[in-house]
Amino acid sequence: MNLVFIDQAEGHIKKASFEAASYAAQTAALMGTTAEAIVLGTVSDDLTALGRYGITKVHTVADANLNEFDAQVYTQLIAEAVKATGADVLVFANTTTAKAVAPRLSVKLKAGLVSGAVALPDISNGFTVKKSVFSGKAFANIAVTTAIRIIAVNLNAFTIQEVEGSATVVPFTVQPISSKVKVSGVDKITGEVPLGEADIVVSGGRGLKGPENWGLVTELAGLLNAATACSRPVADIHWRPHHEHVGQTGLAIAPNLYIAIGISGAIQHLAGVNRSKTIVVINKDPEAPFFKAADYGIVGDAFEVVPKMIDAVKKMKGIA
Amino acid sequence: MKILVCISKTPDTTAKIAFTDNNTKFATDGIQWIINPYDEWYALVRAIELKEADAGVTIHLVNVGTAESEPIIRKALALGGDAAFRVNTLEEDSYFVAAQIAAIAREGAYDIVFTGKETIDYNGSSIGGMVAELLDLPYISHAVKFDLSGNTATVVREIEGGEETDQVSLPIVVSCQKGMAEQRIPNMKGIMGARTKPLTVSEPVTADILTRVASFDLPPAKAGVKLVSAEHPEELIRLLHEEAKAI
Ligand SMILES: Cc1cc2nc3c(=O)[nH]c(=O)nc-3n(C[C@H](O)[C@H](O)[C@H](O)COP(=O)(O)OP(=O)(O)OC[C@H]3O[C@@H](n4cnc5c(N)ncnc54)[C@H](O)[C@@H]3O)c2cc1C
Repeated sequence: MNLVFIDQAEGHIKKASFEAASYAAQTAALMGTTAEAIVLGTVSDDLTALGRYGITKVHTVADANLNEFDAQVYTQLIAEAVKATGADVLVFANTTTAKAVAPRLSVKLKAGLVSGAVALPDISNGFTVKKSVFSGKAFANIAVTTAIRIIAVNLNAFTIQEVEGSATVVPFTVQPISSKVKVSGVDKITGEVPLGEADIVVSGGRGLKGPENWGLVTELAGLLNAATACSRPVADIHWRPHHEHVGQTGLAIAPNLYIAIGISGAIQHLAGVNRSKTIVVINKDPEAPFFKAADYGIVGDAFEVVPKMIDAVKKMKGIA
Repeated sequence: MKILVCISKTPDTTAKIAFTDNNTKFATDGIQWIINPYDEWYALVRAIELKEADAGVTIHLVNVGTAESEPIIRKALALGGDAAFRVNTLEEDSYFVAAQIAAIAREGAYDIVFTGKETIDYNGSSIGGMVAELLDLPYISHAVKFDLSGNTATVVREIEGGEETDQVSLPIVVSCQKGMAEQRIPNMKGIMGARTKPLTVSEPVTADILTRVASFDLPPAKAGVKLVSAEHPEELIRLLHEEAKAI
Protein backbone atom coordinates (compact mmCIF):
# COMPACT_ATOMS: atom_id res chain seq x y z
CA MET A 1 0.00 0.00 0.00
CA ASN A 2 1.18 3.53 -0.78
CA LEU A 3 0.55 6.42 1.56
CA VAL A 4 0.80 10.07 0.53
CA PHE A 5 1.13 12.93 2.98
CA ILE A 6 -1.19 15.78 1.99
CA ASP A 7 0.30 19.11 3.01
CA GLN A 8 -2.05 21.95 3.85
CA ALA A 9 -1.80 25.60 4.78
CA GLU A 10 -4.66 27.63 6.22
CA GLY A 11 -7.09 24.81 5.57
CA HIS A 12 -6.23 24.43 1.89
CA ILE A 13 -4.37 21.59 0.24
CA LYS A 14 -1.10 22.78 -1.32
CA LYS A 15 -1.03 22.43 -5.10
CA ALA A 16 2.12 20.33 -4.91
CA SER A 17 0.25 17.75 -2.83
CA PHE A 18 -2.09 16.99 -5.74
CA GLU A 19 0.97 16.10 -7.79
CA ALA A 20 2.22 13.93 -4.93
CA ALA A 21 -1.19 12.24 -4.65
CA SER A 22 -1.21 11.44 -8.36
CA TYR A 23 2.39 10.22 -8.08
CA ALA A 24 1.45 7.91 -5.20
CA ALA A 25 -1.55 6.56 -7.13
CA GLN A 26 0.45 5.94 -10.31
CA THR A 27 3.22 4.25 -8.31
CA ALA A 28 0.58 2.11 -6.61
CA ALA A 29 -0.79 1.11 -10.02
CA LEU A 30 2.69 0.01 -11.10
CA MET A 31 3.00 -2.04 -7.93
CA GLY A 32 -0.50 -3.52 -8.15
CA THR A 33 -1.75 -1.86 -4.99
CA THR A 34 -3.75 1.19 -3.87
CA ALA A 35 -2.86 4.64 -2.58
CA GLU A 36 -4.25 6.26 0.56
CA ALA A 37 -3.59 9.67 2.08
CA ILE A 38 -2.93 11.19 5.49
CA VAL A 39 -3.92 14.78 6.34
CA LEU A 40 -2.97 16.55 9.57
CA GLY A 41 -4.84 19.56 10.92
CA THR A 42 -8.20 21.05 10.02
CA VAL A 43 -8.91 21.32 6.32
CA SER A 44 -11.79 23.16 4.71
CA ASP A 45 -11.25 21.70 1.22
CA ASP A 46 -13.31 18.68 0.17
CA LEU A 47 -11.03 15.72 0.85
CA THR A 48 -13.18 13.22 -1.06
CA ALA A 49 -11.96 15.09 -4.17
CA LEU A 50 -8.54 13.47 -3.68
CA GLY A 51 -10.24 10.53 -5.41
CA ARG A 52 -9.76 12.42 -8.66
CA TYR A 53 -6.02 11.99 -8.18
CA GLY A 54 -6.40 8.25 -7.61
CA ILE A 55 -6.56 8.21 -3.80
CA THR A 56 -9.01 5.63 -2.38
CA LYS A 57 -9.01 6.57 1.29
CA VAL A 58 -8.03 9.67 3.28
CA HIS A 59 -7.02 9.37 6.94
CA THR A 60 -7.45 12.63 8.82
CA VAL A 61 -6.35 13.88 12.21
CA ALA A 62 -8.56 16.97 12.35
CA ASP A 63 -6.88 18.51 15.40
CA ALA A 64 -6.50 22.30 15.17
CA ASN A 65 -3.25 22.09 17.19
CA LEU A 66 -1.72 20.46 14.14
CA ASN A 67 -2.28 23.57 12.04
CA GLU A 68 0.95 24.73 13.66
CA PHE A 69 3.75 22.70 12.20
CA ASP A 70 6.24 20.84 14.38
CA ALA A 71 8.53 18.39 12.61
CA GLN A 72 8.75 16.09 15.64
CA VAL A 73 4.99 15.86 16.13
CA TYR A 74 4.30 15.36 12.42
CA THR A 75 6.97 12.67 12.25
CA GLN A 76 5.39 10.76 15.12
CA LEU A 77 1.89 10.91 13.62
CA ILE A 78 2.90 10.01 10.07
CA ALA A 79 4.99 7.11 11.38
CA GLU A 80 1.91 5.83 13.22
CA ALA A 81 -0.15 6.14 10.04
CA VAL A 82 2.48 4.21 8.08
CA LYS A 83 2.36 1.42 10.67
CA ALA A 84 -1.44 1.38 10.91
CA THR A 85 -1.93 1.22 7.14
CA GLY A 86 1.03 -1.10 6.49
CA ALA A 87 2.30 1.32 3.82
CA ASP A 88 5.61 0.41 2.18
CA VAL A 89 5.87 3.53 0.01
CA LEU A 90 5.42 6.96 1.58
CA VAL A 91 5.14 9.92 -0.80
CA PHE A 92 5.54 13.63 -0.09
CA ALA A 93 5.48 16.74 -2.24
CA ASN A 94 8.99 18.14 -1.78
CA THR A 95 7.81 21.22 0.13
CA THR A 96 9.41 22.79 3.20
CA THR A 97 7.24 20.49 5.31
CA ALA A 98 8.60 17.40 3.57
CA LYS A 99 12.15 18.67 3.87
CA ALA A 100 11.70 18.88 7.64
CA VAL A 101 9.73 15.66 8.16
CA ALA A 102 10.82 13.13 5.52
CA PRO A 103 14.44 12.84 6.79
CA ARG A 104 13.18 12.28 10.35
CA LEU A 105 10.84 9.56 9.10
CA SER A 106 13.69 7.99 7.17
CA VAL A 107 15.46 7.49 10.51
CA LYS A 108 12.38 6.52 12.49
CA LEU A 109 11.16 3.95 9.96
CA LYS A 110 14.63 2.93 8.74
CA ALA A 111 13.31 3.81 5.30
CA GLY A 112 15.50 4.94 2.41
CA LEU A 113 14.65 8.49 1.32
CA VAL A 114 14.77 9.93 -2.18
CA SER A 115 14.15 13.68 -2.07
CA GLY A 116 13.70 15.66 -5.24
CA ALA A 117 12.26 12.78 -7.29
CA VAL A 118 11.40 13.68 -10.89
CA ALA A 119 9.96 10.42 -12.26
CA LEU A 120 7.95 7.39 -11.19
CA PRO A 121 9.99 4.60 -9.60
CA ASP A 122 11.47 1.91 -11.80
CA ILE A 123 10.45 -1.38 -10.21
CA SER A 124 11.73 -3.67 -12.97
CA ASN A 125 14.79 -4.57 -10.93
CA GLY A 126 14.50 -3.52 -7.29
CA PHE A 127 13.21 -0.02 -6.58
CA THR A 128 15.00 2.88 -8.24
CA VAL A 129 13.93 6.51 -8.31
CA LYS A 130 15.33 9.27 -10.51
CA LYS A 131 16.15 12.48 -8.64
CA SER A 132 17.59 15.83 -9.55
CA VAL A 133 21.24 16.34 -8.45
CA PHE A 134 23.97 18.94 -8.98
CA SER A 135 21.27 21.62 -8.72
CA GLY A 136 19.46 20.48 -11.83
CA LYS A 137 22.58 19.87 -13.93
CA ALA A 138 22.13 16.07 -13.75
CA PHE A 139 19.96 13.23 -12.48
CA ALA A 140 20.85 10.31 -10.23
CA ASN A 141 18.99 7.02 -10.20
CA ILE A 142 18.77 6.06 -6.54
CA ALA A 143 18.30 2.42 -5.59
CA VAL A 144 16.37 2.15 -2.34
CA THR A 145 17.13 -1.08 -0.53
CA THR A 146 14.82 -0.85 2.49
CA ALA A 147 11.38 -2.42 3.04
CA ILE A 148 9.73 1.00 3.37
CA ARG A 149 10.71 3.74 0.89
CA ILE A 150 10.09 7.46 1.16
CA ILE A 151 9.88 9.64 -1.93
CA ALA A 152 9.63 13.45 -1.94
CA VAL A 153 8.51 14.54 -5.42
CA ASN A 154 9.80 17.81 -6.87
CA LEU A 155 7.25 20.46 -7.72
CA ASN A 156 6.16 20.73 -11.36
CA ALA A 157 8.30 17.69 -12.23
CA PHE A 158 5.49 15.29 -12.73
CA THR A 159 2.21 15.42 -14.63
CA ILE A 160 -1.02 14.86 -12.75
CA GLN A 161 -3.34 12.21 -14.15
CA GLU A 162 -6.92 12.86 -13.22
CA VAL A 163 -9.25 9.88 -12.88
CA GLU A 164 -12.90 9.28 -12.02
CA GLY A 165 -13.42 8.63 -8.36
CA SER A 166 -14.08 9.82 -4.87
CA ALA A 167 -12.07 9.02 -1.75
CA THR A 168 -13.60 7.91 1.53
CA VAL A 169 -12.55 10.05 4.49
CA VAL A 170 -11.90 8.34 7.81
CA PRO A 171 -10.65 9.78 11.11
CA PHE A 172 -7.29 8.48 12.28
CA THR A 173 -7.19 8.36 16.06
CA VAL A 174 -3.96 9.13 17.83
CA GLN A 175 -2.79 10.16 21.26
CA PRO A 176 -2.15 13.89 21.38
CA ILE A 177 1.56 14.79 21.43
CA SER A 178 2.87 18.03 22.90
CA SER A 179 5.00 20.31 20.77
CA LYS A 180 8.38 21.79 21.72
CA VAL A 181 8.11 24.45 19.02
CA LYS A 182 6.01 27.55 19.55
CA VAL A 183 4.98 29.29 16.34
CA SER A 184 4.85 32.99 17.15
CA GLY A 185 4.07 34.39 13.74
CA VAL A 186 3.49 33.68 10.07
CA ASP A 187 4.26 36.26 7.41
CA LYS A 188 2.75 35.50 4.05
CA ILE A 189 3.72 37.50 1.04
CA THR A 190 0.25 38.44 -0.13
CA GLY A 191 -1.01 39.27 -3.57
CA GLU A 192 1.82 37.46 -5.32
CA VAL A 193 1.96 34.07 -6.97
CA PRO A 194 4.29 31.90 -4.80
CA LEU A 195 7.49 31.43 -6.80
CA GLY A 196 7.99 27.72 -6.12
CA GLU A 197 4.52 26.82 -7.32
CA ALA A 198 4.17 29.21 -10.24
CA ASP A 199 3.43 27.98 -13.76
CA ILE A 200 5.04 31.05 -15.29
CA VAL A 201 7.95 33.03 -13.89
CA VAL A 202 9.24 36.39 -15.16
CA SER A 203 12.75 37.08 -13.92
CA GLY A 204 15.04 40.09 -14.11
CA GLY A 205 18.81 40.51 -13.88
CA ARG A 206 21.38 43.24 -13.55
CA GLY A 207 20.64 44.25 -17.15
CA LEU A 208 17.56 46.07 -15.86
CA LYS A 209 19.91 48.68 -14.35
CA GLY A 210 17.97 49.45 -11.17
CA PRO A 211 14.92 48.68 -9.03
CA GLU A 212 13.07 51.64 -10.53
CA ASN A 213 12.82 49.68 -13.80
CA TRP A 214 11.16 46.61 -12.29
CA GLY A 215 7.77 47.76 -13.46
CA LEU A 216 8.60 46.01 -16.73
CA VAL A 217 8.96 42.68 -14.93
CA THR A 218 6.00 43.07 -12.60
CA GLU A 219 3.65 44.31 -15.31
CA LEU A 220 4.45 41.43 -17.64
CA ALA A 221 4.19 39.01 -14.71
CA GLY A 222 0.86 40.45 -13.65
CA LEU A 223 -0.59 40.05 -17.14
CA LEU A 224 0.58 36.43 -17.35
CA ASN A 225 -0.44 35.60 -13.77
CA ALA A 226 3.22 34.81 -13.21
CA ALA A 227 5.55 34.96 -10.22
CA THR A 228 8.57 37.25 -10.27
CA ALA A 229 12.17 36.18 -9.70
CA CYS A 230 15.67 37.62 -10.04
CA SER A 231 19.35 36.75 -10.33
CA ARG A 232 21.57 36.61 -7.26
CA PRO A 233 23.33 39.99 -7.60
CA VAL A 234 19.95 41.69 -7.94
CA ALA A 235 18.91 40.28 -4.53
CA ASP A 236 22.35 40.94 -3.04
CA ILE A 237 22.24 44.63 -3.90
CA HIS A 238 18.66 44.73 -2.56
CA TRP A 239 16.94 45.69 -5.78
CA ARG A 240 14.60 42.78 -5.07
CA PRO A 241 13.82 40.71 -1.94
CA HIS A 242 15.95 37.65 -1.15
CA HIS A 243 13.13 35.17 -1.63
CA GLU A 244 13.11 36.01 -5.37
CA HIS A 245 16.72 34.86 -5.84
CA VAL A 246 16.76 31.77 -8.07
CA GLY A 247 19.74 29.63 -8.99
CA GLN A 248 22.20 27.25 -7.48
CA THR A 249 22.35 29.13 -4.19
CA GLY A 250 18.78 30.39 -4.26
CA LEU A 251 15.50 28.71 -5.05
CA ALA A 252 15.49 25.99 -7.72
CA ILE A 253 12.35 26.23 -9.81
CA ALA A 254 10.81 24.31 -12.71
CA PRO A 255 7.92 26.34 -14.09
CA ASN A 256 6.25 25.69 -17.41
CA LEU A 257 7.62 28.99 -18.73
CA TYR A 258 10.63 31.00 -17.53
CA ILE A 259 11.20 34.44 -19.05
CA ALA A 260 14.67 35.86 -18.28
CA ILE A 261 15.18 39.57 -18.90
CA GLY A 262 18.66 41.09 -18.73
CA ILE A 263 20.17 37.98 -17.14
CA SER A 264 23.46 36.69 -18.56
CA GLY A 265 22.79 33.02 -17.80
CA ALA A 266 25.79 32.21 -15.59
CA ILE A 267 26.14 28.53 -14.81
CA GLN A 268 24.99 29.10 -11.22
CA HIS A 269 21.86 30.86 -12.41
CA LEU A 270 21.06 28.16 -14.98
CA ALA A 271 21.41 25.48 -12.31
CA GLY A 272 18.27 26.70 -10.59
CA VAL A 273 16.09 27.28 -13.65
CA ASN A 274 17.13 24.82 -16.35
CA ARG A 275 14.37 22.37 -15.46
CA SER A 276 11.82 24.92 -16.73
CA LYS A 277 9.87 23.52 -19.65
CA THR A 278 10.17 26.54 -21.94
CA ILE A 279 12.87 29.19 -21.47
CA VAL A 280 12.68 32.63 -23.07
CA VAL A 281 15.67 34.98 -22.99
CA ILE A 282 15.68 38.71 -23.66
CA ASN A 283 19.25 40.02 -23.72
CA LYS A 284 21.02 42.71 -25.75
CA ASP A 285 24.20 40.64 -25.99
CA PRO A 286 23.96 37.90 -28.66
CA GLU A 287 26.86 36.13 -26.92
CA ALA A 288 25.05 35.87 -23.56
CA PRO A 289 25.39 32.23 -22.43
CA PHE A 290 21.68 32.09 -21.59
CA PHE A 291 20.79 31.79 -25.30
CA LYS A 292 22.40 28.32 -25.33
CA ALA A 293 19.93 27.15 -22.70
CA ALA A 294 16.92 28.93 -24.21
CA ASP A 295 14.04 27.76 -26.39
CA TYR A 296 13.10 31.24 -27.61
CA GLY A 297 15.02 34.47 -27.53
CA ILE A 298 15.21 38.07 -28.62
CA VAL A 299 18.56 39.80 -28.98
CA GLY A 300 17.62 43.33 -28.07
CA ASP A 301 17.31 46.07 -25.49
CA ALA A 302 14.90 45.02 -22.76
CA PHE A 303 13.69 48.61 -22.39
CA GLU A 304 12.41 48.53 -25.98
CA VAL A 305 11.45 44.85 -26.30
CA VAL A 306 9.56 44.23 -23.05
CA PRO A 307 7.04 47.11 -23.44
CA LYS A 308 6.19 45.69 -26.88
CA MET A 309 5.78 42.21 -25.37
CA ILE A 310 3.45 43.72 -22.77
CA ASP A 311 1.38 45.35 -25.53
CA ALA A 312 1.22 42.07 -27.45
CA VAL A 313 0.05 40.14 -24.38
CA LYS A 314 -2.60 42.77 -23.72
CA LYS A 315 -3.79 42.49 -27.29
CA MET A 316 -3.86 38.70 -27.06
CA LYS A 317 -5.88 38.85 -23.84
CA GLY A 318 -8.19 41.48 -25.28
CA ILE A 319 -7.10 44.14 -22.77
CA ALA A 320 -7.12 47.60 -24.36
CA MET B 1 27.46 27.45 24.62
CA LYS B 2 28.69 24.87 22.13
CA ILE B 3 27.83 24.95 18.43
CA LEU B 4 28.54 22.15 15.97
CA VAL B 5 28.63 23.17 12.30
CA CYS B 6 28.38 20.43 9.65
CA ILE B 7 30.73 21.06 6.73
CA SER B 8 30.40 19.20 3.46
CA LYS B 9 32.81 19.16 0.52
CA THR B 10 31.20 19.88 -2.85
CA PRO B 11 32.44 20.61 -6.36
CA ASP B 12 32.88 24.29 -7.19
CA THR B 13 29.71 25.84 -8.65
CA THR B 14 31.31 26.19 -12.10
CA ALA B 15 32.45 22.54 -12.19
CA LYS B 16 31.73 20.59 -15.33
CA ILE B 17 29.30 17.84 -14.43
CA ALA B 18 30.30 14.58 -16.12
CA PHE B 19 30.34 10.91 -15.17
CA THR B 20 32.66 7.94 -15.63
CA ASP B 21 32.54 4.15 -15.16
CA ASN B 22 29.43 3.67 -17.21
CA ASN B 23 27.76 6.72 -15.67
CA THR B 24 28.08 5.40 -12.13
CA LYS B 25 30.70 7.83 -10.79
CA PHE B 26 31.09 11.60 -10.80
CA ALA B 27 34.16 12.58 -12.86
CA THR B 28 36.38 14.26 -10.28
CA ASP B 29 39.35 15.00 -12.59
CA GLY B 30 40.21 18.69 -12.48
CA ILE B 31 37.40 19.46 -10.02
CA GLN B 32 37.99 22.23 -7.50
CA TRP B 33 36.44 21.39 -4.16
CA ILE B 34 34.79 23.99 -1.97
CA ILE B 35 32.88 24.09 1.30
CA ASN B 36 29.23 23.60 0.40
CA PRO B 37 28.10 27.26 0.08
CA TYR B 38 25.12 26.88 2.45
CA ASP B 39 27.37 25.39 5.13
CA GLU B 40 29.99 28.10 4.73
CA TRP B 41 28.08 31.31 3.99
CA TYR B 42 25.14 30.76 6.29
CA ALA B 43 25.68 28.02 8.92
CA LEU B 44 29.32 28.75 9.72
CA VAL B 45 29.18 32.54 9.43
CA ARG B 46 26.08 32.71 11.66
CA ALA B 47 27.91 30.58 14.25
CA ILE B 48 30.89 32.97 14.05
CA GLU B 49 28.58 35.95 14.55
CA LEU B 50 27.11 34.31 17.66
CA LYS B 51 30.64 33.81 18.96
CA GLU B 52 31.51 37.43 18.22
CA ALA B 53 28.49 38.49 20.28
CA ASP B 54 29.29 36.11 23.16
CA ALA B 55 32.86 35.02 23.91
CA GLY B 56 31.46 31.99 25.76
CA VAL B 57 30.54 30.35 22.44
CA THR B 58 32.72 27.50 21.10
CA ILE B 59 32.42 26.42 17.46
CA HIS B 60 33.28 22.88 16.41
CA LEU B 61 33.17 21.66 12.84
CA VAL B 62 32.40 18.19 11.62
CA ASN B 63 33.05 16.72 8.19
CA VAL B 64 32.32 13.18 7.10
CA GLY B 65 34.86 12.45 4.40
CA THR B 66 38.27 11.24 3.39
CA ALA B 67 41.58 13.10 3.75
CA GLU B 68 40.61 15.00 0.57
CA SER B 69 38.34 17.09 2.81
CA GLU B 70 41.21 18.55 4.82
CA PRO B 71 41.71 21.72 2.72
CA ILE B 72 38.07 22.71 3.09
CA ILE B 73 38.15 21.92 6.82
CA ARG B 74 41.22 24.16 7.20
CA LYS B 75 39.42 26.92 5.33
CA ALA B 76 36.45 26.62 7.70
CA LEU B 77 38.85 26.81 10.64
CA ALA B 78 40.43 29.89 9.04
CA LEU B 79 37.00 31.52 8.83
CA GLY B 80 36.42 30.96 12.52
CA GLY B 81 35.88 27.39 13.77
CA ASP B 82 37.73 26.55 17.01
CA ALA B 83 38.31 22.85 16.37
CA ALA B 84 37.26 20.25 13.83
CA PHE B 85 36.37 16.58 13.57
CA ARG B 86 36.72 14.52 10.45
CA VAL B 87 35.09 11.11 10.32
CA ASN B 88 37.32 9.21 7.96
CA THR B 89 34.98 7.51 5.49
CA LEU B 90 33.27 7.86 2.14
CA GLU B 91 29.86 9.48 2.30
CA GLU B 92 27.91 6.28 1.69
CA ASP B 93 24.43 7.81 1.84
CA SER B 94 22.56 10.49 3.78
CA TYR B 95 21.57 8.15 6.61
CA PHE B 96 25.11 6.85 7.03
CA VAL B 97 26.53 10.40 7.10
CA ALA B 98 23.86 11.60 9.54
CA ALA B 99 24.66 8.68 11.86
CA GLN B 100 28.33 9.75 11.92
CA ILE B 101 27.43 13.37 12.67
CA ALA B 102 24.95 12.28 15.36
CA ALA B 103 27.69 10.22 17.05
CA ILE B 104 30.01 13.24 17.20
CA ALA B 105 27.15 15.50 18.32
CA ARG B 106 26.12 13.12 21.11
CA GLU B 107 29.67 12.96 22.39
CA GLY B 108 30.07 16.75 22.47
CA ALA B 109 26.64 17.60 23.96
CA TYR B 110 26.14 20.63 21.69
CA ASP B 111 23.49 23.27 22.25
CA ILE B 112 23.10 23.98 18.54
CA VAL B 113 23.83 21.86 15.47
CA PHE B 114 23.88 23.93 12.26
CA THR B 115 23.82 22.49 8.74
CA GLY B 116 23.34 24.09 5.35
CA LYS B 117 19.85 23.69 3.84
CA GLU B 118 21.23 21.20 1.31
CA THR B 119 24.45 20.32 -0.49
CA ILE B 120 24.77 21.69 -4.01
CA ASP B 121 25.77 18.26 -5.36
CA TYR B 122 23.31 15.75 -3.90
CA ASN B 123 20.55 18.29 -3.08
CA GLY B 124 19.22 15.97 -0.40
CA SER B 125 18.08 18.47 2.24
CA SER B 126 18.09 15.55 4.62
CA ILE B 127 21.15 15.49 6.90
CA GLY B 128 19.80 18.03 9.43
CA GLY B 129 16.46 16.28 9.84
CA MET B 130 18.10 12.89 10.17
CA VAL B 131 20.58 14.14 12.79
CA ALA B 132 17.71 15.74 14.73
CA GLU B 133 15.74 12.49 14.73
CA LEU B 134 18.78 10.44 15.75
CA LEU B 135 19.31 12.85 18.67
CA ASP B 136 15.58 13.24 19.37
CA LEU B 137 15.85 17.03 19.09
CA PRO B 138 13.61 19.70 17.57
CA TYR B 139 14.57 20.64 14.02
CA ILE B 140 13.96 23.89 12.18
CA SER B 141 14.76 23.67 8.47
CA HIS B 142 15.47 26.40 5.91
CA ALA B 143 16.16 29.03 8.54
CA VAL B 144 16.69 32.58 7.26
CA LYS B 145 17.23 34.16 10.70
CA PHE B 146 18.44 32.82 14.03
CA ASP B 147 18.62 34.71 17.32
CA LEU B 148 19.31 33.62 20.85
CA SER B 149 17.99 34.92 24.12
CA GLY B 150 19.34 32.81 26.95
CA ASN B 151 18.29 29.26 26.28
CA THR B 152 15.59 30.12 23.75
CA ALA B 153 16.18 30.38 20.03
CA THR B 154 13.95 32.51 17.82
CA VAL B 155 14.19 31.11 14.33
CA VAL B 156 12.57 32.44 11.18
CA ARG B 157 12.15 29.74 8.58
CA GLU B 158 11.01 29.82 4.99
CA ILE B 159 7.62 28.35 4.21
CA GLU B 160 5.82 28.26 0.86
CA GLY B 161 5.07 31.86 -0.04
CA GLY B 162 6.30 33.38 3.21
CA GLU B 163 8.09 33.01 6.52
CA GLU B 164 7.26 31.59 9.91
CA THR B 165 8.77 32.59 13.27
CA ASP B 166 9.33 29.82 15.80
CA GLN B 167 10.48 29.79 19.42
CA VAL B 168 12.35 26.70 20.55
CA SER B 169 14.40 25.82 23.64
CA LEU B 170 17.93 24.54 23.08
CA PRO B 171 19.31 22.05 22.19
CA ILE B 172 18.20 22.24 18.59
CA VAL B 173 19.20 21.34 15.04
CA VAL B 174 18.83 24.06 12.38
CA SER B 175 19.44 24.03 8.61
CA CYS B 176 20.50 27.39 7.23
CA GLN B 177 20.01 29.31 4.02
CA LYS B 178 20.26 32.78 2.54
CA GLY B 179 19.37 35.54 4.97
CA MET B 180 21.10 33.96 7.99
CA ALA B 181 24.42 35.71 7.37
CA GLU B 182 26.64 37.10 4.63
CA GLN B 183 29.58 35.33 2.99
CA ARG B 184 33.01 36.21 4.47
CA ILE B 185 36.56 35.89 3.18
CA PRO B 186 39.11 34.40 5.61
CA ASN B 187 41.83 36.87 6.64
CA MET B 188 45.58 36.22 6.97
CA LYS B 189 45.42 35.92 10.76
CA GLY B 190 42.68 33.32 10.42
CA ILE B 191 44.58 31.36 7.79
CA MET B 192 47.75 31.29 9.89
CA GLY B 193 45.83 30.37 13.06
CA ALA B 194 43.94 27.56 11.30
CA ARG B 195 47.12 25.54 10.83
CA THR B 196 47.47 24.87 14.51
CA LYS B 197 43.81 24.44 15.44
CA PRO B 198 42.95 20.86 16.49
CA LEU B 199 41.60 18.57 13.77
CA THR B 200 40.65 15.19 15.21
CA VAL B 201 40.26 12.28 12.81
CA SER B 202 38.12 9.34 13.88
CA GLU B 203 36.92 6.15 12.25
CA PRO B 204 33.20 5.81 11.38
CA VAL B 205 30.65 4.16 13.66
CA THR B 206 28.69 1.26 12.20
CA ALA B 207 25.56 2.47 10.46
CA ASP B 208 23.17 1.17 7.84
CA ILE B 209 23.16 2.32 4.24
CA LEU B 210 19.60 2.75 3.01
CA THR B 211 20.11 4.02 -0.54
CA ARG B 212 22.73 3.77 -3.25
CA VAL B 213 23.36 5.71 -6.47
CA ALA B 214 22.77 3.18 -9.25
CA SER B 215 23.68 5.56 -12.09
CA PHE B 216 23.66 9.16 -13.25
CA ASP B 217 22.11 10.76 -16.35
CA LEU B 218 22.63 14.14 -17.95
CA PRO B 219 19.56 16.06 -19.08
CA PRO B 220 18.88 15.87 -22.83
CA ALA B 221 20.46 18.72 -24.78
CA LYS B 222 18.20 21.59 -25.84
CA ALA B 223 17.18 21.65 -29.48
CA GLY B 224 18.55 25.17 -29.87
CA VAL B 225 17.11 28.61 -29.49
CA LYS B 226 14.57 30.06 -31.88
CA LEU B 227 15.41 33.75 -32.25
CA VAL B 228 12.75 36.37 -32.93
CA SER B 229 13.60 39.84 -34.27
CA ALA B 230 13.73 42.64 -31.70
CA GLU B 231 11.45 44.58 -34.07
CA HIS B 232 8.67 42.03 -33.60
CA PRO B 233 8.25 40.95 -29.97
CA GLU B 234 4.57 40.24 -30.77
CA GLU B 235 5.85 37.31 -32.85
CA LEU B 236 7.45 35.87 -29.68
CA ILE B 237 4.14 36.17 -27.83
CA ARG B 238 2.39 34.43 -30.73
CA LEU B 239 4.92 31.56 -30.64
CA LEU B 240 4.58 31.20 -26.87
CA HIS B 241 0.82 31.05 -27.27
CA GLU B 242 0.43 28.92 -30.39
CA GLU B 243 3.60 26.81 -30.59
CA ALA B 244 4.86 26.36 -27.03
CA LYS B 245 1.32 26.64 -25.63
CA ALA B 246 2.93 28.21 -22.58
CA ILE B 247 0.70 31.30 -22.26
C1 LIG C 1 29.28 30.20 -5.57
C2 LIG C 1 28.40 31.05 -6.43
C3 LIG C 1 27.02 30.85 -6.39
C4 LIG C 1 26.17 31.62 -7.19
N1 LIG C 1 24.82 31.40 -7.14
C5 LIG C 1 24.00 32.10 -7.96
C6 LIG C 1 22.59 31.87 -7.97
O1 LIG C 1 22.07 31.04 -7.22
N2 LIG C 1 21.82 32.59 -8.81
C7 LIG C 1 22.33 33.54 -9.65
O2 LIG C 1 21.56 34.15 -10.40
N3 LIG C 1 23.65 33.79 -9.65
C8 LIG C 1 24.49 33.10 -8.82
N4 LIG C 1 25.82 33.39 -8.82
C9 LIG C 1 26.29 34.56 -9.60
C10 LIG C 1 26.50 34.27 -11.06
O3 LIG C 1 27.79 33.76 -11.28
C11 LIG C 1 26.34 35.55 -11.89
O4 LIG C 1 27.25 36.50 -11.42
C12 LIG C 1 24.94 36.16 -11.83
O5 LIG C 1 23.95 35.20 -12.11
C13 LIG C 1 24.85 37.29 -12.83
O6 LIG C 1 23.62 37.98 -12.68
P1 LIG C 1 22.99 38.78 -13.89
O7 LIG C 1 22.84 37.88 -15.04
O8 LIG C 1 21.77 39.46 -13.37
O9 LIG C 1 24.04 39.93 -14.13
P2 LIG C 1 25.16 40.10 -15.24
O10 LIG C 1 26.05 38.94 -15.34
O11 LIG C 1 25.76 41.43 -15.00
O12 LIG C 1 24.35 40.12 -16.59
C14 LIG C 1 23.51 41.15 -16.99
C15 LIG C 1 23.02 40.78 -18.37
O13 LIG C 1 22.09 41.77 -18.79
C16 LIG C 1 22.32 42.06 -20.17
N5 LIG C 1 21.84 43.42 -20.40
C17 LIG C 1 22.40 44.59 -20.00
N6 LIG C 1 21.63 45.64 -20.39
C18 LIG C 1 20.58 45.12 -21.05
C19 LIG C 1 19.45 45.68 -21.70
N7 LIG C 1 19.25 47.01 -21.73
N8 LIG C 1 18.59 44.85 -22.30
C20 LIG C 1 18.78 43.51 -22.28
N9 LIG C 1 19.81 42.92 -21.67
C21 LIG C 1 20.71 43.71 -21.06
C22 LIG C 1 23.80 41.90 -20.36
O14 LIG C 1 24.08 41.61 -21.72
C23 LIG C 1 24.12 40.73 -19.43
O15 LIG C 1 24.02 39.49 -20.11
C24 LIG C 1 26.70 32.62 -8.04
C25 LIG C 1 28.08 32.81 -8.08
C26 LIG C 1 28.92 32.04 -7.30
C27 LIG C 1 30.41 32.26 -7.39
